[in-house]
Amino acid sequence: MNVSGAAPHALDEHVGILRSRMGAFFPGTHVIFRGHDLHTELKDMDWVELYVFGITGRRFTSPQLRLLHAIWTTTSYPDGRIWNNRVAGLAGSVRSTGNLGMAAALAVSEASIYGRGIDKRAIDFLIRTRQRVEAGERLEQCVREELDAHRSIAGYGRPVVNGDERNPHMLALCRDLGLDQGAYLELALQIEHVLLEGRWRMKMNYGGLAAALCADLGLSPREYYLFMFPAFLAGMPPCYIEASDREAGSLYPTPCDGVAYDGPARRQWHGGK
Amino acid sequence: MSDNRTATSIRTKIWCEDHETDNRFAVRAAYCRGFDVYGDMLGRARWVDMLYLLFHAEPASVAQADLLEDLAFALANPGPRDASVHAAMCGGVGGSGTAAILMAALAVGAGQHGGGRDVYLAMQGWHACGADPDKWREWLAALPASPGSVWPDPSHAPGFDSHAPRTSVPVRQLLSRLATHGCGWRLSFLAQSLARFEEMTCRGLSMAGVAAAAYSDLGFSPEQGEALHLLLRLPGAAAHALEQRGLGYKTFPFGKMELQDAEGV
Repeated sequence: MNVSGAAPHALDEHVGILRSRMGAFFPGTHVIFRGHDLHTELKDMDWVELYVFGITGRRFTSPQLRLLHAIWTTTSYPDGRIWNNRVAGLAGSVRSTGNLGMAAALAVSEASIYGRGIDKRAIDFLIRTRQRVEAGERLEQCVREELDAHRSIAGYGRPVVNGDERNPHMLALCRDLGLDQGAYLELALQIEHVLLEGRWRMKMNYGGLAAALCADLGLSPREYYLFMFPAFLAGMPPCYIEASDREAGSLYPTPCDGVAYDGPARRQWHGGK
Repeated sequence: MSDNRTATSIRTKIWCEDHETDNRFAVRAAYCRGFDVYGDMLGRARWVDMLYLLFHAEPASVAQADLLEDLAFALANPGPRDASVHAAMCGGVGGSGTAAILMAALAVGAGQHGGGRDVYLAMQGWHACGADPDKWREWLAALPASPGSVWPDPSHAPGFDSHAPRTSVPVRQLLSRLATHGCGWRLSFLAQSLARFEEMTCRGLSMAGVAAAAYSDLGFSPEQGEALHLLLRLPGAAAHALEQRGLGYKTFPFGKMELQDAEGV
């Protein structure tokens, strides 16, 4: 930790002015996006390409962009039971706005058992493990230590079922695109082998596969984390729309006796003691 | 009360409701930890009594409720210079919805720089170090890393102001006042040891640092303290944002831009 921090005068130089390398809007004339004119130099980028360029400042090939698109589309599930989607649906059910509902649903997607929490841990584990294995450590030991530290390995196993319906489709696409030879993908498959051979019986899930593929594209943990932010978004509007079109309050209506209370018995309030 | 536990029930130790005989969705009476909220507590309990009871199995003592009320008063408005309030005002000047304004205040107010995460980490410090100055020195010098966390690595001592070499007057006033309630030992220990903590961190104690000690003295977990801190700072964010909504964007600072050479391609 840097306990020296920033002295008060370090703030003075930032008062009233924003210095940026990322870009600026020049009203009525043009916009600079990471050093390029958005409306002329970058006009042919599709949205995902621009989004990834905004995160990394790097360009990607057509097969790589196809893969990045697929990483989002493959995990867009319009199922209103899933916890983050349900937030979007509940917003529709109580007639809140779509923007609020989906923004909250995306915020909730930064969860510890799925979504962004898993994404960041998964790619971090793969990068650390590759460094250790290349330094001569045994993969089995790395896996065991991670399990000891966290009782799980991000990217392996799944809250609802073991196994992942998305992975065969994504692996097939990787083969078609010629993007199935990366070192991180190979490592991720080796880790799955270790987990299946051992007593843990955990298969690689989509979080593990997507992290490996993006690490092979050169994304850092922070870049990958930011890239995955809208990954579930496409599944959310259908949940909002359907709930909005049904009777208000009819999504997950809970009767009073639908709450299983196991707290203290009824008692009288005597105020603070 | 229902003993009916099925896969479709919501389990809770906090709240239950009786329903009307002809409508199981209509509430006849609501109970918090067993107390009749509208039939018994209302008019006799304070807001802070309810706030405390929601997170604890038993009601707050008078001293605990007084401490929580003083803390809630002190945190109610971080002021328009605070980043979370600034975020809310950005919503206000553009005419964003009220919920969006509060969501902006929550997202920015969650941060490690004086926000909810700062409180969470500082409360972890109390759990890890207690009243042992040597443990505090060691903990502050090497904050526990959390590989793969969505949170950035801590860059300053939690509960201390990275831009202030000394503890401000309002923070001292708050710490002094809260320590008089005699709940727990951390607030009085912090008041007595303030100079030593300032020496260890080279920084002044922050409001978040006082709040973390108070939440810990009140028996809240770090997660609960984080949540309360987010909640208790919202009133000022709402008030300032709605004020700016009325004033409009033309009177709100936009700032000058100095575009520097781009990185990357």
